[in-house]
Amino acid sequence: MKVLVPVKRVIDYNVKVRVKADGTGVDLANVKMSMNPFDEIAVEEAIRLKEKGVATEVVAVSIGVKQSQETLRTALAMGADRAILVTAADDVHTDIEPLAVAKILKGVIDAEEPGIVLAGKQAIDNDMNATGQMLAALTGWAQATFASELTVEGDSATVTREVDGGLQTIKVKLPAIVTVDLRLNEPRYASLPNIMKAKKKPLDEKTPADFGVDVAPRLEIVKTAEPEARKAGEMVGSVEDLVSKLKEAGAV
Amino acid sequence: MAVLLIAEVSGGALNLDATSKALTAAKQLGDVTILSAGEGCQGAAAEAATLDGVAKVLCASDAAYGHDLAEPVADLIVSLAGDYTHICAPSTAASKNILPRVAALLDVMVISEVTAVVDADTFERPIYAGNAIQTVKSSDGTKVMTIRTSTFDATGTGGSASVEEIAPAANPGLSEWVEDKVAESDRPELTSAGVVVSGGRGVGSEDDFALIEKLADKLGAAVGASRAAVDSGYAPNDWQVGQTGKVVAPDLYVAVGISGAIQHLAGMKDSKVIVAINKDEEAPIFQVADYGLVADLFTAVPELIEKI
Ligand SMILES: Cc1cc2nc3c(=O)[nH]c(=O)nc-3n(C[C@H](O)[C@H](O)[C@H](O)COP(=O)(O)OP(=O)(O)OC[C@H]3O[C@@H](n4cnc5c(N)ncnc54)[C@H](O)[C@@H]3O)c2cc1C
Ligand SMILES: Nc1ncnc2c1ncn2[C@@H]1O[C@H](COP(=O)(O)O)[C@@H](O)[C@H]1O
Repeated sequence: MKVLVPVKRVIDYNVKVRVKADGTGVDLANVKMSMNPFDEIAVEEAIRLKEKGVATEVVAVSIGVKQSQETLRTALAMGADRAILVTAADDVHTDIEPLAVAKILKGVIDAEEPGIVLAGKQAIDNDMNATGQMLAALTGWAQATFASELTVEGDSATVTREVDGGLQTIKVKLPAIVTVDLRLNEPRYASLPNIMKAKKKPLDEKTPADFGVDVAPRLEIVKTAEPEARKAGEMVGSVEDLVSKLKEAGAV
Repeated sequence: MAVLLIAEVSGGALNLDATSKALTAAKQLGDVTILSAGEGCQGAAAEAATLDGVAKVLCASDAAYGHDLAEPVADLIVSLAGDYTHICAPSTAASKNILPRVAALLDVMVISEVTAVVDADTFERPIYAGNAIQTVKSSDGTKVMTIRTSTFDATGTGGSASVEEIAPAANPGLSEWVEDKVAESDRPELTSAGVVVSGGRGVGSEDDFALIEKLADKLGAAVGASRAAVDSGYAPNDWQVGQTGKVVAPDLYVAVGISGAIQHLAGMKDSKVIVAINKDEEAPIFQVADYGLVADLFTAVPELIEKI
């Protein structure tokens, strides 16, 4: 069984985001970019499926600017076998919407016929939490989102999902789309020899036109603003002090 | 404008808090019809009908809708979509699972975690863990969106909308429910509580987390946790507050032994009053705290429980 893993290049989660003064977006020029943290977990899970003998091949795919190649090389260094780069934008500030990403991924699925797709639950830049569900709609496949445990057996997968009240376990028919949550696994670091090896692994280049997909956005970004800042607080010297301040403020 | 609001129903019961807050946003868009889908959800439908300003309630009771499985519920919503300009739902784990599927079936974008309605096509939503607020204008025929409940006040009751039972849509049978592991608790629910007490890695162990729970009980509060506390096994996953956990905005939020990473702040920085207790005076949590106390939590929290 082939596993397809969509990986997104996003601002590194440790970087402090700066909104551009002209309100057109967030400044992404010359900031550290990394693989979306959830996608690292998805790559890790795919590699583990291969190590268990469940998966035969792990294919990573990224859609965006050509620099997304670096993200794909990271996936290859972790242990993915092959990569597909779909170059869909020139400017690093252009974000391809989940609907367009899902349409391109549908095209990749038609060509690659994976048995399972492991995506991240959410991209930490646009915070949409949508692509996997949209892809499941377009393929007509089952979906299991926010996975914290995954077992593949024969033609189905059992997935434990993180939901508001706790955990839910469902069983989905394969092929299916699974989106992964933070506690599914702890992703490995790529070793230096594997980083070297990854440079030689195959990386195919495509465009949205190859899949007949129009990536024009449905949502026009009217403006991007800083959130309202909280007014400065104060430090209190003791628990007693804290309690009297809270009582004064009517908070307790 | 006609709006279909998907009620949050679990185990046949209406989540009144989430649904009534999303209703406040939905009413800004047009006449609201509420869909109550679930197994034995007539009671939830009747309760939804009492919310103020609801035009009509649709009730789809079927075993297929009992556990929020995305495929059958999405197909049901799509079968109704033709009558509406907007389809929205409170932004819960259930709707985040279902609505993007609905949107793609309708060939439209989903707009996640709406925090303000500007006009019928234009919405605000946080991006980058709330470090930026984006205003987006949709060109899609049907607007499909989830509403961040922590930013809207609840709509009151006093309405008496009619309830119409509707037939279920076909179930594609792609997935089946196996089990739920839901913790029962007498404490208030995290996302609707007026007071939340959260513990972080600084609490140090699952046993010591009892101290956080004790403070919460003293304050009649819900208990939250940082991701580090959840990952370390001190607290269950459904307590996680943050970018990828729950978003809360209580009147009082008490952060104990939490450093204040942006991913955590994303889930609580709209709280009215924030208290931080941390032994490190440099901890970033103090930058958002109204009242900061530099102290060892193991002495400060017992003292606080006693004095408050
Ligand atoms: C993709 C992604 C998503 C994430 N989503 C979330 C999320 O939704 N929610 C979330 O919380 N995090 C999230 N995180 C993790 C986040 O980046 C931080 O790692 C996490 O919030 C840290 O938790 P913490 O503050 O409890 O731990 P630490 O950062 O380790 O802080 C512990 C604090 O406790 C203090 N302390 C220690 N001992 C004591 C004592 N005896 N008395 C008083 N104070 C003490 C220390 O001074 C320190 O400030 C996410 C990360 C990623 C990459
Ligand atoms: N441009 C992209 N390229 C590859 N994968 C993506 C892209 N956008 C989203 N994804 C996948 O979809 C998941 C959810 O993203 P989102 O719906 O944008 O929050 C991510 O974690 C990735 O696995």
